[in-house]
Order: sequence, then structure tokens, then C-alpha cells
Amino acid sequence: MEACDLVIIGGGPAGLAAAVAARQAGVENILVLERDSRLGGILNQCIHSGFGLHTFQQELTGPEYAARFVSQVKGLGIACLCDAMVLDLAADRTLTVIHPERGIFTLHPKAVILAMGCRERPRGALNIPGFRPAGIYTAGTAQHLVNIEGKLPGRECVILGSGDIGLIMARRMTLEGAKVKVVAELMPYSGGLKRNIVQCLEDFDIPLKLSHTVVNIHGKERLTGVTIARVEQGLPVPGTEEYYACDTLLLSCGLIPENELSRGAGVELSLVTNGPVVNDRLETSVPGVFAAGNVLHVHDLVDYVSQEAAAAGENAARYILEAQTQTGPEIPVTCGPGIRYTVPQKIRLESRDEDVTLRLRVDGVYRNRRLTVLAGDAPVSSKKRRALAPGEMETIRLSRKPLPVGIRELRVLLEEG
Amino acid sequence: MLDAVIIGGGVCGCAIARELSRRKGQFLVVEKEEDVCCGTSKANSGIVHAGFDAKHGTLMAKLNCLGSRKMPQLSRELDIPFRQNGSLVVMGNPQDRPRLQALYENGLANGVPGLKILERDALLAMEPNLSDQAVAALYAPTGGIVCPFTLTIALAENAARNGVEFQFDAGVTNLAPIPGGWRVETEAGSVDTRVVVNAAGVRADEIHNLACPEKMTIVPRRGEYFLLDKQAGSYVSHTVFQLPGALGKGVLVTPTIHGNLLVGPNAADVEEKDNVATTREGLAEVRSKSSMAVKNLPLNLTITSFSGLRAHRPEHDFSIREAAPGLIDCAGIESPGLSAAPAIGEMVADMAANLLKLEENPEFTPIRRGIQSPFSLPPEERQALIRRNPAYGRLVCRCETVTEGEILEAIHRTPGARSLDGVKRRVRAGMGRCQGGFCTPKVMEILARELDLPLEAVTKSGGGSRLLVGETKKFWGEEADHGGL
Repeated sequence: MEACDLVIIGGGPAGLAAAVAARQAGVENILVLERDSRLGGILNQCIHSGFGLHTFQQELTGPEYAARFVSQVKGLGIACLCDAMVLDLAADRTLTVIHPERGIFTLHPKAVILAMGCRERPRGALNIPGFRPAGIYTAGTAQHLVNIEGKLPGRECVILGSGDIGLIMARRMTLEGAKVKVVAELMPYSGGLKRNIVQCLEDFDIPLKLSHTVVNIHGKERLTGVTIARVEQGLPVPGTEEYYACDTLLLSCGLIPENELSRGAGVELSLVTNGPVVNDRLETSVPGVFAAGNVLHVHDLVDYVSQEAAAAGENAARYILEAQTQTGPEIPVTCGPGIRYTVPQKIRLESRDEDVTLRLRVDGVYRNRRLTVLAGDAPVSSKKRRALAPGEMETIRLSRKPLPVGIRELRVLLEEG
Repeated sequence: MLDAVIIGGGVCGCAIARELSRRKGQFLVVEKEEDVCCGTSKANSGIVHAGFDAKHGTLMAKLNCLGSRKMPQLSRELDIPFRQNGSLVVMGNPQDRPRLQALYENGLANGVPGLKILERDALLAMEPNLSDQAVAALYAPTGGIVCPFTLTIALAENAARNGVEFQFDAGVTNLAPIPGGWRVETEAGSVDTRVVVNAAGVRADEIHNLACPEKMTIVPRRGEYFLLDKQAGSYVSHTVFQLPGALGKGVLVTPTIHGNLLVGPNAADVEEKDNVATTREGLAEVRSKSSMAVKNLPLNLTITSFSGLRAHRPEHDFSIREAAPGLIDCAGIESPGLSAAPAIGEMVADMAANLLKLEENPEFTPIRRGIQSPFSLPPEERQALIRRNPAYGRLVCRCETVTEGEILEAIHRTPGARSLDGVKRRVRAGMGRCQGGFCTPKVMEILARELDLPLEAVTKSGGGSRLLVGETKKFWGEEADHGGL
């Protein structure tokens, strides 16, 4: 295997955008490793439109959006190896890879970008009681079966969880000839984008039951029905049970960044995002290992994944080309009440010449608030937001003006007004 | 006429089949489900009990100890993972000291080697995550963990290799006496045999009662479990039981042979013999009891929960005997049935061979090779394997690192996998933290291709467990082509 400077793990939207940016920033030897037999990642099964409004000012489908990046990658002559699965990443950035033709081989690049994306939370992790028949799928698995295989998983469907994939699949199953009876959401608000609630549920008269969950699963071989109940303070309310006959239950109950490799390399992970803790260069706690996209934190728009990954690509390029292996002092970014997390979680004090993009999520639905960033006691950014929800990621750009000397943290606040 | 028909392809049926195949004869296993290891054998703790618990003097105690002693050699012959990680029975209440002593003495009487009572300090040195209430424990170094799926499947494969036939989807509907034997009527046709072995698990009473005037009762006693991510797999290193005490019987916390952590089971008698549903109450009970043995158990790392049925007989002992001429019962095989299975197989096969006056099978081989994982090979052999067959370099299940080559082997062995669950039990594809979210469509495609089935005919676990209902864009309730709708 030829020597390479940069290995990008994952050929989905994050990996592709990172590869393009790194090449444009001057890295010669880049290798993208993709476990599927084609590039594009999960976008290949996202055949609905709505991608690219920010990046290309056009409404593209997932495969179209991916194709634009794939052609850039090809055009730049970046090496990509499909059907290649990384088995292990060591703290010294040695990768062990398996591939049908090349067998098991190792790579030792100067830098690595983690772009492995995320997986869906399965039924087992939700501890839904009942039988374990056929007909229970995560929304993404069902999406693969429908959009890639052209097969219908079932005819009468209940969806648990109102994450974006669940909402998209409510519409897709309806269009493909199934009847979606209800979408149940444990929380008192949806986890998906407002536009998806309107375009995927309301437009098709599919009821959304907030504060409801599945409390029993019926059917020994194939699913025959589910029992749904209202939830208060995390517990089902007796007497509110309703039975829905159905042959399919789709689960859209959260996405988990795929950080098994990161963990193996000793990358520090955040308990909130389940992704690596990174600084403003998107560098993890392991020097030379960067992260971007859903492996870092779950995004709702692919455009933001591309932006973030491009930044990771540029930063990895700088790391490689400037041989900048020392990270100077860092200060934490802390969250005030109402804010679940920020990415990055740390800022390098020496980052005077670079803009800093903070991405964050709030922990509930809020109206008429202000997002303020304090450096010490001094506000360095403040912006008004009419509505905030956990399903919609917020972005704050801090301009390149120097941070006050001697500050110990940046603090992000959600304030009245 | 066959020599013996074994009803039930669980761990006992398969162990009996393998032991019978040491003799010359025509043997058939009939199984209600689509595969071996679909009932009690697939949903249990995967523990090889050392043998201190079963009451001294019972058949259960004798076969437990014998089975446990046989397991190391058997696991080598069958190339299945087995490890003696040692068991601890933890006492949380000083008032239960006499019970702990009694358990120790019962174990000594049963002939369990190496038993020791450990006090708190020694205990915590071995298991730092035990609960603060832990006072003392009985330590049994020969307690072990095994994969119940591959144990059962390997026994079946080895039996098949030595000439035993298997008939699946063949639930027994009747047993009729005929001259010199029995007519076994099944959903897949009927067959005449000189001897019938009833190893039907929770349904052994139904089989027994078809043929015998004095009736047997088997109560399905359900136990629910949590299976945790491998991240939690070393939270304890021994199998941690709770000493049954004034607060009842606890639950166990154990590493599994594959490196997960298993927590459970509770015990609740149920009516139906296929009621393997989990319940909110049952899981809550397991959750609360587990905290009495082990502190701060990371149950948030649960990847699945499941339940299994114990084939409980009110008499609480195994019933292994000739219940009618030419009908051998192997019934009431509840815990420690998995541990006892190697000994049960030998005992029942001996009984059948005596009845049938069978000769030794000179071609018998006890050796079965496990499905080859490229990751267990040294690097050069691994490269050679992948070069020879690139399917061993194509990773299908990323959570458990299972290659297509292993899945192909699982499908093409005898008896082979015919469903998603069949593949999962053989090579663990879909058994990991994403629970098949990623590999399900891939495994479905491989099954369809290899078994020459349309994708729609692939099932989760045979029978009516189809995974798909048809093509897309066909409207609900209307199969027909609308022709220009």
C-alpha cells in the first residue's frame, strides 16, 4: 500500500467534503476508505429532495447531492477505496483495514479524519416490552429496503419517534403504498425539523401523537400490532393504552455517532454528543485525528455536515503541511442552562487568525430568546432567535477578532429577550 | 423403519443425536421450528454451572456435575468457545450465612472441585464492582460460560456429519404405537421408528401425554434478560449469582463468552408455551434485583432484552426414563440443563442403544471445525484465506466483524442457516450493538442469493416471519397491476 498523508474514514457526505477541502488546501496523498461498495454514504438511500439549499442554492435529492461531491473527488484525483472496512485505529494513527482484494493491511498516515457517521438506536436499546417478531425496523433500515431494494417492508405501519428519518419514512411508506397509521413521539415535542412535520405528516394526514410511546409489541412470527400509551414523567399512564393493528413498526428514536474506532484509539468522547471532544480545529484529543459530520455530533442538515467536514479537511491539511503537531493552551466552551452541548467543546487560545464556528443544540422548545457568548464577562456574540427546538441545530460564528487576554472559558447562554 | 427418532432439536436433542451417532443406525431429529436451537436452548444464561446448586442425590445434580466435567473436552472437539471464568454466589445479608454454608456442603457432596467461601475483602479483590452489601460468597472455579447457540449447532452439525438426518418444520402431531415401535406423525409427514426420544423441551409433556396414560406437566417458566454492549463486558469477570435468601432468588450478572454482559433472569410461570414476550414489570424486576449484587450496573448500555422459557416440572428434577416401551422421555430439562446436556446426551443414547442393541459406528468422528473467522488466523494464513476467497475480506456485520465468507459457510453447512436468526446464531451477524440495523438487508440478500429465493421469501426465523411483503408502489390491499393508473 502506498504511503499516504491523510486517511479519511468514511466516504459519505462528511468524508467526501473533507477530502475535497484537504486536497484544495494542498494535501497530495489522500485516501478515502468507504465500507460500502459505492461512495455517498447514507445519502444514496435518501431519494427525497431538500438537500443542498445552502451549499448549492438548489434543492437536490440525496444521491444528487452526493454525486456532486463524488465528481469533485474524482475530478481532483483523490484515491478512494470502497468495500474497505477499518477494523482498528490505534492512538499512533495506525489503521488496520480489511478489503476483499487487498486482504488485511495497515496504513500509517500523518493525519486521520473520522467521518464514520452514525447509526440508529435499535429496538433492544429502547427496552420496549413484548415479542420480537419480524416487521420491526429502524427507519433507516426500512429506507434502505424501500429505496435501494425496491421492496416494501409492510402494509400497515406505526412509527415510533419523530426524528427526521422517521418523518421522511412516514411519507415514503405512504407514497409506496403502505398505510401509516400514527407517529408516536415520547417527548412533548418532535425531534425532527418543522418542515418535515409539515411536508411528511400534515400533508398526508398522518397523526402525530406527542408524549406517547409503544408499550407492547404483539405477534409471534410477524408483527400483528402495537399498544401505544400516553407518557407522563417518563412513565406510561395506565388506562391510556390504545391498540393499533399493524404489520410494521419503524423506529426513529435517535442516532448514535459510530465511535467504536475512536474509542479504540483513545479519543476522548463527550457523554452528551456521544462524539469526540474537539477543539476549534475539530481535532480530537488524539493529535492528528480530526472529526466531522455525524460521527462528531448528529446534524439535521447535510449542508452543515459538508461545511464542518470542509473545515476539518482544511485543518488536517494545515496539520500535515505545517507540521503543526503541538496544540497550544485551550479553554473550554461551557453551556448555560437550556443548552445541551456545543461543538467544539474547546477553543485554542492561539486561534487568533481563524473564525470559530460554534454549533449547538438546546434542550427544549424555546421562544424569543437570545444566544449569547461570553468571553469572561464580556459578550463577544449575541443573537436573537424567535424559536429554538432540540431538533434544529444552531450555529454561531465568532469573528476573528482576538479574545480578551486571560479568559478561562467561553460561555454560551440562552437568555430571555 | 428408523432406529430412533428424536423429537426436538434443542441442546439435549442434538447432544443425544450426536451420542447416538457413535453407533450404527438410522437416526432422525424432528424439529417443530425451521432450525435447531430455537426454543429454550437459544434463550438462557449460557452458563455451565459447576454443580453446587442442584440438590445432592438428584438426577439433576449428577448430570450437572458430569456435564460440567465433560464440557472442556467437548468444546475442544466441537471447536466452540467455552471458558471457565468461575462463579460467585454472593451473600448480601449476614443472616443468610447458614444458607451459604449449606450450599457449600451441597457442592462438596456433589463432588464439585475447588469450592471456597470467600469473605468480603477477598471477594472485592476478585470483583471490585460487587455491591456494598456483599458480605461473603461461595466461589466455584469450575463454573463456566459457553455459547448456547454454537454448542447446540455444533452438536447438530457433528451428528449430521456422522449420519443423523434432520427434518425441520415438523412439529409432532401424534405418536401411534405400531408393532416393534412407533409411528411419529408430524406436520412434514409421518415416519416409523423403533425408538422415540422425547426431547421436546417445554412441550415434552405434550409428547409424553400422546403416548402415556399417566400424565406429565411442564410449566413454561419465563425468565427475562438484558444483554449489554461489549463496552460493559468486563464489568464483572466471574458469573455473579445472588444467594437465594429471605428476599427470594436474585438474578445473575455475567460476562458472556462473546464479551457482552448478561443480566437476568427473573422467573414467572406463564400459560402459553411460546410466550417469550418481555414485560415492563419483568424487566423492572431484573433491573432492581441486579443492583443488589453489583453496583452501578451500566444498564444504559443495554443492546437488547429478551426472554426464554424454562421447561419446569413441578417435581423439579429431570425425568429421563423409558416412559413407555420404546419411548424415552428426556423431560423437565430446566437449569442446569445446558450444563448437563453433554451427560444427558450420553445417558439417553446409552438407554436407546441398549434397547436397540446397536453396534459401534467405526466411522464416527467426534471432531467438528468451527466456522472460520479470518480474524482468528495468524496474518499470513488470513491473507491466504482472503486471496483464495475474497468473501472473507468482505465485512457484512461491522459490530461483530463478521465477513460474508462466514455467512456463506453458515448457510451451506448441514444443518445450515435458512433465516436471519439462523445466520445470527451461527456467526453473530446482527447480534451486536446496532442489532442488525446495518447488516439486515445485506444478510437478506445473501440468503436469497444462496438459497435461490426471492428476497420477499427471506424470513427472520422461518414460518410466518417474512421480512418483506412485496414490491414497492403497489397500493395497499390491491396486489394487481393497475395498468396506467
